[in-house]
Amino acid sequence: MTEASEYNFAYLDEQTKRMIRRAILKGLAIPGYQVPFASREMPMPYGWGTGGVQVSAAVLTPDDTFKVIDQGADDTTNAVSIRSFFERTAGVETTTATSEASVIQTRHRIPEEPLTEDQILVYQVPIPEPLRFLEPRESETRKMHSLEEYGLMHVKLYEDISRHGHIATSYAYPVKVEGSYVMDPSPIPKFDNPKLGDMAAIQLFGAGREQRIYALPPYTQVASLDFEDHPFEASKADHPCGLCDATDSYLDEVIMDDQGGRMFVCSDTDYCEARRAAGHKGKDAA
Amino acid sequence: MTPLLSVQGITKRYGAHIGCADVSFDLYPGEVMGIVGESGSGKSTLLNCMAGHLAPDTGQVVFDTRADGPKDTITMSEPERRMLGRTDWAFVHQHARDGLRMGVSAGGNVGERLMAVGERHYGDIRGKATDWLERVEIDAGRVDDRPTTFSGGMQQRLQIARNLVTGPRLVFMDEPTGGLDVSVQARLLDLLRGLVRDMGLSAIIVTHDLAVVRLLADRLMVMKSGRVVEAGLTDQVLDDPQHAYSQLLVSSVLQV
Ligand SMILES: Nc1ncnc2c1ncn2[C@@H]1O[C@H](COP(=O)(O)OP(=O)(O)OP(=O)(O)O)[C@@H](O)[C@H]1O
Ligand SMILES: [Mg+2]
Ligand SMILES: [Zn+2]
Repeated sequence: MTEASEYNFAYLDEQTKRMIRRAILKGLAIPGYQVPFASREMPMPYGWGTGGVQVSAAVLTPDDTFKVIDQGADDTTNAVSIRSFFERTAGVETTTATSEASVIQTRHRIPEEPLTEDQILVYQVPIPEPLRFLEPRESETRKMHSLEEYGLMHVKLYEDISRHGHIATSYAYPVKVEGSYVMDPSPIPKFDNPKLGDMAAIQLFGAGREQRIYALPPYTQVASLDFEDHPFEASKADHPCGLCDATDSYLDEVIMDDQGGRMFVCSDTDYCEARRAAGHKGKDAA
Repeated sequence: MTPLLSVQGITKRYGAHIGCADVSFDLYPGEVMGIVGESGSGKSTLLNCMAGHLAPDTGQVVFDTRADGPKDTITMSEPERRMLGRTDWAFVHQHARDGLRMGVSAGGNVGERLMAVGERHYGDIRGKATDWLERVEIDAGRVDDRPTTFSGGMQQRLQIARNLVTGPRLVFMDEPTGGLDVSVQARLLDLLRGLVRDMGLSAIIVTHDLAVVRLLADRLMVMKSGRVVEAGLTDQVLDDPQHAYSQLLVSSVLQV
């Protein structure tokens, strides 16, 4: 008897998965709209992305190949745990290669390699409400969304500029979807924001503790909020990757030694490895 | 002339209890109406019904909108009413903290209404916010400070700036000078009077301070137990009150 048969496929019972799929379909029908759903207890803490895990459980089929990214890497404790959770409960194939995965669950990044129509990207979301920062009343934020009253979002950006001289928000940078709903893209770096729009893959967002699901169907128009005189910029560290020499990828700064030596490397480890395998070599590569 | 605001038969009950009953009046452009009466007489209830914060049980609040002329704001759609609330209408609360965002800078507070109606140029928004701080006698150098660092009088002036920046035509005020020191009150009243004159504002001011209405209001309504017992030109009502309750109100103030 395999371990997978001790559970229903992908851990959740069929009725729960149907409920989550209904929320996902509603989310896809109204891009950017936060659909409430009855989040279930999962055998892991909330900070581990239980929203994303439930969405993944609801969309996975036995034929899928599953990948988990945590801050761009496949090998963190969090990523390894979620990957092995679905290996055990769903018996699906797993991979670290972006192009081989059909379902990718992610925390804090969008892969560098463009995704295709055959893929689904599932985001783990801690706080789904972009207006929460300035308006804590849920009744009021819901009204603001339904009436598309989003002046407050710009107050947040205004405060940024008045304090720092530029829009200092660099993660969870708010976007407007199809010219209507304002959405929190989860704490991805703003460098990734341009990839949200016009993406071929389906993008699903799951917030477990807050019990919300939202979605972007393929090829959705997504615009990052800004001011005319402070336009949005998808910034990154101004270096090539020290290992693969890529100039188009999002970089992490890594401390090398006690002497303050440091290097910049791709945050997307699969992207970096693939480039190195293809012969690209950065200045810090051994 | 078309009234800017025409209030007809406004009644609001709290269960069996009457908040305000059968209130009707017209307000013409450029007019300031004072509403006075003792605590619990229904002034705030009436004001909140007119400003769309409370739904009255019966009655109409017809506003002469820019686009479509006179329209009942009670029955208009909520988005339309909320739009009025951040464009042609303004509401000044007694407690500045109810009308300000305490975690946002003075400039952000003033700029919010501009951004809410679609302004997207940071430099312009900041410029207008700074102008308005100066108009309400707050040093432009305080533009990035939070209202928590302001005195009570400054907070109230900031709240006024935040409300007037979009050039509203009608301002609702609930005890705008309440809770402030007497000398601070006087300065605020002078400022308000100047702004009302310069901008040709129409306003409805709720207060139980007769000195406030003497200075600001063209007309006066006296409320008791939710009803208007006397209405007229401010000087007439204050100098020659007809209703026994108004007489009491005026004389008790004179004794203070
Ligand atoms: N939310 C409420 N629920 C029940 N009764 C209320 C409520 N708000 C006001 N009332 C009652 O309605 C009446 C009118 O109250 P309102 O607050 O309008 O008076 P007011 O003239 O503004 O008084 P004040 O000068 O003290 O502010 C009072 O009897 C009050 O107790
Ligand atoms: Mg009151
Ligand atoms: Zn690299």
